[in-house]
Amino acid sequence: MIDLRSKIMATGNFETTIGLEVHVEMQTNSKLMSPSPVHYGDKPNENTNVIDFGYPGVLPVANKGALEYGMRAALALNATISPFIRWDRKNYFYPDNPKAYQTTQSQTPLGKNGYLDVTLADGTTKRIRIKELHVEEDAGKNTHGTDGYSYVDLNRQGTPLIEIVSEPDIASPDEAYAYLEQLRQAILFTGISEAKMQEGQMRADVNISIRPYGSSEYGTKVEMKNINSFNYVRNALIFEEKRQAEVLRSGGIIQQETRRYNEPTKSTILMRVKEGADDYRYFPEPDLAPVVIDQNWIDKVADELPKSAGDRQTSYVSTLGIERYDAEVLTQTLAMSDFYDATVAAGADAKRAANYLIGDVNAFMNKHQVELQETQLTPEHLAGMIKLIESGTISTKQAKQVFEAIMAGEEPEAFAKKNGLVQISDPEVLLTWITEVLDNNPQSIEDFKGGKDRATGYLIGQLMKMSKGQANPGVMNKLLLAELAKR
Amino acid sequence: MSETTISKEEVAHVAGLAKLAFNETELEQFTTQLDSILTIFDTLGEVDTEQVEPTYSVTENVNHLRQDVADNWHQKQALLENAPLEAADLIKVPAILDGEGE
Amino acid sequence: MTINFFDNDLTSLHNKLINKELTATELTQATLDNVAHTDEQLNAFISTNPEEALLQAKKIDDAHDFSDILTGLPVGLKDNLATNGIQTTGASRILEGFKPVYDATVVSKLNTAGAVSVGKTNMDEFAMGGSTETSYYKKTTNAWDATKVPGGSSGGSAAAVAGGLVPFALGSDTGGSIRQPAAFNGIVGLKPTYGRVSRWGLFAMASSLDQVGPFTRTVKDNALVLNTIAGFDEKDSTSADRDVPDFTAKLTGNVKGLKIAVPKEYFGEGIDPKVASTVKAAIAQLEALGATVDEVSLPHTKYGVAAYYIIMSSEASSNLQRYDGVRYGFRADDVQNLEDLYVKTRSEGFGDEVKRRIMLGTFSLSAGAYDAFFKKAAKIRTLLIEDFNRVFADYDVIVGPTAPTVAYGIGEEIDDPTAMYLADALTIPVNLAGLPGLSVNAGFVDGLPVGLQIIGKPFDEATVYQTGYAFEQASRLFEQLPKIAKKY
Repeated sequence: MIDLRSKIMATGNFETTIGLEVHVEMQTNSKLMSPSPVHYGDKPNENTNVIDFGYPGVLPVANKGALEYGMRAALALNATISPFIRWDRKNYFYPDNPKAYQTTQSQTPLGKNGYLDVTLADGTTKRIRIKELHVEEDAGKNTHGTDGYSYVDLNRQGTPLIEIVSEPDIASPDEAYAYLEQLRQAILFTGISEAKMQEGQMRADVNISIRPYGSSEYGTKVEMKNINSFNYVRNALIFEEKRQAEVLRSGGIIQQETRRYNEPTKSTILMRVKEGADDYRYFPEPDLAPVVIDQNWIDKVADELPKSAGDRQTSYVSTLGIERYDAEVLTQTLAMSDFYDATVAAGADAKRAANYLIGDVNAFMNKHQVELQETQLTPEHLAGMIKLIESGTISTKQAKQVFEAIMAGEEPEAFAKKNGLVQISDPEVLLTWITEVLDNNPQSIEDFKGGKDRATGYLIGQLMKMSKGQANPGVMNKLLLAELAKR
Repeated sequence: MSETTISKEEVAHVAGLAKLAFNETELEQFTTQLDSILTIFDTLGEVDTEQVEPTYSVTENVNHLRQDVADNWHQKQALLENAPLEAADLIKVPAILDGEGE
Repeated sequence: MTINFFDNDLTSLHNKLINKELTATELTQATLDNVAHTDEQLNAFISTNPEEALLQAKKIDDAHDFSDILTGLPVGLKDNLATNGIQTTGASRILEGFKPVYDATVVSKLNTAGAVSVGKTNMDEFAMGGSTETSYYKKTTNAWDATKVPGGSSGGSAAAVAGGLVPFALGSDTGGSIRQPAAFNGIVGLKPTYGRVSRWGLFAMASSLDQVGPFTRTVKDNALVLNTIAGFDEKDSTSADRDVPDFTAKLTGNVKGLKIAVPKEYFGEGIDPKVASTVKAAIAQLEALGATVDEVSLPHTKYGVAAYYIIMSSEASSNLQRYDGVRYGFRADDVQNLEDLYVKTRSEGFGDEVKRRIMLGTFSLSAGAYDAFFKKAAKIRTLLIEDFNRVFADYDVIVGPTAPTVAYGIGEEIDDPTAMYLADALTIPVNLAGLPGLSVNAGFVDGLPVGLQIIGKPFDEATVYQTGYAFEQASRLFEQLPKIAKKY
């Protein structure tokens, strides 16, 4: 003990060990064990039935879609899917937990032994092992009144969650942040959740301990539950690292306790000290049949699994010739990446499509504070506009007007035609105009031959007037010079 | 084979988990009764079950699963009417204190 | 008018309805009158619902469609079967006045068939007990002797049928709760194979053991009711996705060549010798009818009680956690905070037997006890199942006593839980193995009925009924009526 302390005092060096349990709400149509709708933002208790209320005599039936979403997450995180799953009950009393047990998978989790390769700030990659993934029920929501009462809304009760439990491979608050960010992206690209932090669709339970470098045993863990911001997680861990080090340096001991992060002070507050392990009295759920998952089923889910962000970036760079940075921007959300793929598939030039999405479309979304899927833009319309530009049918300047129109849901070609936004590039038409203008302006021809470049400017002005601005300037310029040379 | 006995303190601890409260007389009585029932339970120790798989259910079903289709049974009003205390479509309970529950 | 259900089985009542000798309204009213006149002594019902019953009977009379055998026939439902808008208490204070907002699947099936529920029958609180004495509401008496218990937990349903109040009733059986009261009241009660009947809407005691089943005066009636309530239910994940055969198909009276196994353990220590000899005489009668009878061994039988009480109480402790005073039912007054709400509601809302089992179960699942108790019991369960499998490889049915004694006096065993638990020893293994088990009257000891238990292979209720029917028709014991029958 004295040796250990003197070592601590001497070096002041601690190694941090962090483990994360991340809960993600899966956006299925119905709940995990009841057919009630899964829908955020409805009136209290709107999406509840006798099952969600834990009525006497009700029975659960597991949602196949939720299991398959869970399998997607397991596949995306390189986990082995269990061939046999028995559901378990986790018993505890709480008003947002109506049966007083949560249906979960404790003994036979859906997935085991996965990993996520996380790119750290210095550009290196670290593999964070994932111990297990399991599907379980979310709880309802308690609101704490100032009148001595709490209020319970069971809409969220029974929403399927995937819980992703990491091994204690995370060594710093920054690594935890990077892991969470990249885990979120991996989940986004499975299509099972939008993982919106502000709506509580993704929440993290974190545990952290520190120990002197070289010590073979982990320090005592401190837990913080249900943090729904990556920044809060990082801040909480930074505070805890420091607090625990100070406790140890001053000769104290770390208690096994649950703390809460308090954003205004960027500190953590003690909630309760744990006396021994919680006794949740887990046991196999007798109301549910076991689940057997064979390779065919796994293959079927794997086929439906969208490609990961990493795979998409690689193909954007190598096949479509997109810059690495642009590829990363396009794959920030599944919706954007899918939209991009559809736009290219509809015949748009890959680079131009990327530029529009990253530039104008993103700007539009920011300005109006909307998600891509909430706009009226379709991949077909965006591709249509890009094709009009590529074919020279409209100028890039005209395209600005067309862009506004397609953001309002209009079909680009019809809009351009209706508003006379079509360039005339047909040499026959252009030549008729050129002949007429040259015939009417012999002086300008003389000026041109006398070396006055300004003369062409005047002639082009006349031609533009005559074409009501629709003449393709490039083509017209070439034709005009050729005609002048002939005279 | 060791005999399981249960103390008054253990009974009180289990009562805490089960959200039950007993007065001193009840506690004495329950301890005596549970203790004698545990004596029956202890007979299981006679059987060698080292190689035996546990049976948790005799259902022959596997993969009894529901398609992911939402169906609102519209029971909200009836459910709230049965709640002992309710306000603004929410179930009302005495304040939850920090650190209570999970 | 009055109606006597002793002389009228379901088929006879059905024919009278078809022939307009009787209307559903008359039948319902007569049944309600039966209950009003007789139930002062029996206390078989916690509540009746005359208005709903008469309304339904009128609709049936108006439609005059008696294509289903049960149409227009009155039924009593154990008070742990959810009935939409009608009080369902589980005989517990914690659900006093509680009206579920949905129907149990068996209730829906009976409704669809046109059966008329007249009321909810008394039971042990949350089906925990073997005498119906743990009910918060009342004490039901035995139809043969008002000083004796009716058995339990479905004592109200059994007494109501035995006393002639209703032609049939439903109960639930977790460790013998249909068969033992059927035995104590000299009637027919079946616990179907686990998964045969949907549990949706049955207030759970132990999910892996509970089954709903019928009480009737005859085997044929019992099979007819099972025909209606059996079948796959997608709302119950443990419900068997199997065809429902006609359970009356093998009711021929013929048991020639039927292979009957008699476990020696079912006649061991604790069995009243008079009960044993009555049951042995019944078995001899089956043998005389042409069945072959051999003694067999089910060596793990003696561990059944311990394994059962661990598994049952563990599951029950979890199933009963939902009664917390938050969303429905009883909520204690004067609570200071949430913890107080939970503890006071549950301590005031539950009776002693329920608390005892919650305590046992909570303990059996708790950290440190799980492996030695819950998991150990689950392994013993495997051994019990293997015992049955070995016997059923060679035999069609297993036969023995339903209960070790006849009905005992009210108040005699209620304060001795250990004695009460051991009294379930012969019915419990059937639930642990999920098998079908029937009790029919085997005869009388000191004027009280003795039950003959017939256990079948999984989903082979038909052969169980075949055996029971052959004995019933040969013995014609159902012709002996309790004194209470004179009241009509």
